[in-house]
Amino acid sequence: MSTPKHPGVLSKKKKGRLGANRWLLLRRSCQALTLALFACGPLTGFWIIKGNLAASRLFDTVPLADPFILLQSLATGTIAASTAIIGALIIAGFYMLVGGRAYCSWVCPVNILTDGAAWLRLRLDIREGLQLDRTLRYWGMVLVLVVTAITGILAWELINPVTLLHRGLFFGLGLAWTIPVAIFCFDLFMSKRGWCGHLCPVGGFYSLLGLVSLIRVRAEGRDRCSNCLDCYAVCPEPQVISPALKGKDGRGPVITEANCTNCGRCIDVCAEGVFSFGSRF
Amino acid sequence: MKEKPETAGPDAERRRFLLNTARTTCGAALVGLGLGLYANRQAVARPVYTTRPPGALPDKKFLAACVRCGQCVRACPYKALRLAKPEEEVATGTPYFIPRRIPCELCEKRPCIRACPTGALDPLLTDIYKARMGLAVLIDRENCLNFLGLRCDVCYRSCPLIDKAITLATLHNQRSGKHTIFQPEVHSKFCTGCGKCEKACVLDKAAIKVLPLDLAKGELGKHYRLGWEEKTKAGHSLIPEQMDLPDRMPEFTSTITPEWKP
Repeated sequence: MSTPKHPGVLSKKKKGRLGANRWLLLRRSCQALTLALFACGPLTGFWIIKGNLAASRLFDTVPLADPFILLQSLATGTIAASTAIIGALIIAGFYMLVGGRAYCSWVCPVNILTDGAAWLRLRLDIREGLQLDRTLRYWGMVLVLVVTAITGILAWELINPVTLLHRGLFFGLGLAWTIPVAIFCFDLFMSKRGWCGHLCPVGGFYSLLGLVSLIRVRAEGRDRCSNCLDCYAVCPEPQVISPALKGKDGRGPVITEANCTNCGRCIDVCAEGVFSFGSRF
Repeated sequence: MKEKPETAGPDAERRRFLLNTARTTCGAALVGLGLGLYANRQAVARPVYTTRPPGALPDKKFLAACVRCGQCVRACPYKALRLAKPEEEVATGTPYFIPRRIPCELCEKRPCIRACPTGALDPLLTDIYKARMGLAVLIDRENCLNFLGLRCDVCYRSCPLIDKAITLATLHNQRSGKHTIFQPEVHSKFCTGCGKCEKACVLDKAAIKVLPLDLAKGELGKHYRLGWEEKTKAGHSLIPEQMDLPDRMPEFTSTITPEWKP
């Protein structure tokens, strides 16, 4: 069983170029919009949002904060001020609604790079590479919390590629550009979907929010599946598809796996319209 | 002869499981050790010419509370604050300023503190003059123009707490024998460490510098008591008053005649 090199060809024929890339375009727009929101202030002096993905304030009133960073702060024994806690609750609540790892695919700037690496990997037909365990991100997450608790400082935030890149873009990059480049090369040459799909502790944390999240991809039309494997080829977490698509052990059509990033790429590439967004219930 | 481990069966499975667990634990421990050591190094590495924003918790607590969001940087009207880049010696992403470049202007409305969502900049610091970002130290008394006998006074005049945090003490100018040296003196009771004096110093390299408090200040032994303070507190001397004996001049002094010459 080998995955197709040009997934989505059939879908493009059926739904047209735009229809077959609908969610991808929406997602890229969302990523671009997020960056634009943060860039607007420093560039034009008109401040919509201040801060970065670690914590920010919308229109100088609504606080937002990354719950994972607050959790790290808590691991050091620090109780953050209420502003940050409210911000973290807002963000956590939001992703419990739209899908935990929707953060990864719709907001995180690193995703643009790793999606690029995965795309190039497919084009260059690079198939060999490190086989990493997808549970490594949870080891990483626990590790981050343990090291933070022992050292008593936010150790992970010194090297966290997500915040490093996002902060660098708006507060001065310095040598921070080396880390995203390293991740891109790692994903391209060393391991397929290595960073976001296997290692990133931030993704690991957000997947936990996804355990209960309301919006999920549903394989409602799974009877129409023609086994073309296009969805497996584009999915950043292909292991989440089978249970819902194949309905083993009487499983329902909802992709309930926490690591589904709700990117909607499977909806795009499926010529048979098997997938759609819907609720968990 | 030793038997080779079987490749199938429950024993082999257990063996594989144990080995896998051991391998992952080992790898995780290595990565964690590296991260921990790096973090620890970064935590203690802040150079003395950098200063944290007003209200910053003590360094170690600050690094546990600050999420490196940069909202204080955005709030600073003088653009004094910046976030450390990975190649800089300050812990990556945390805010600091370099007084010699742009000092803290001690905004009474405390915009940076109010912007901080986590309390890493302590919201309880309501009076900006209570900030203790560091302590100004007149570190080079050889090149300070006032010590050379001039009336530069720039540090003194630039101080937001003039005559409190920096005062001028007069000293006899030994060199000229007839002039006065106006010696700038910093008082830790009032100095906020804003760095306006360091910024203002006219020398090519400042003679007065803001240093971290623990570096700039000595500390008396815990058991030390200042007699004169204890006396005012108690209202009387804590030790019995000294006996006042009559003064006695050496007897031979009376023999020295006014005409005596050594």
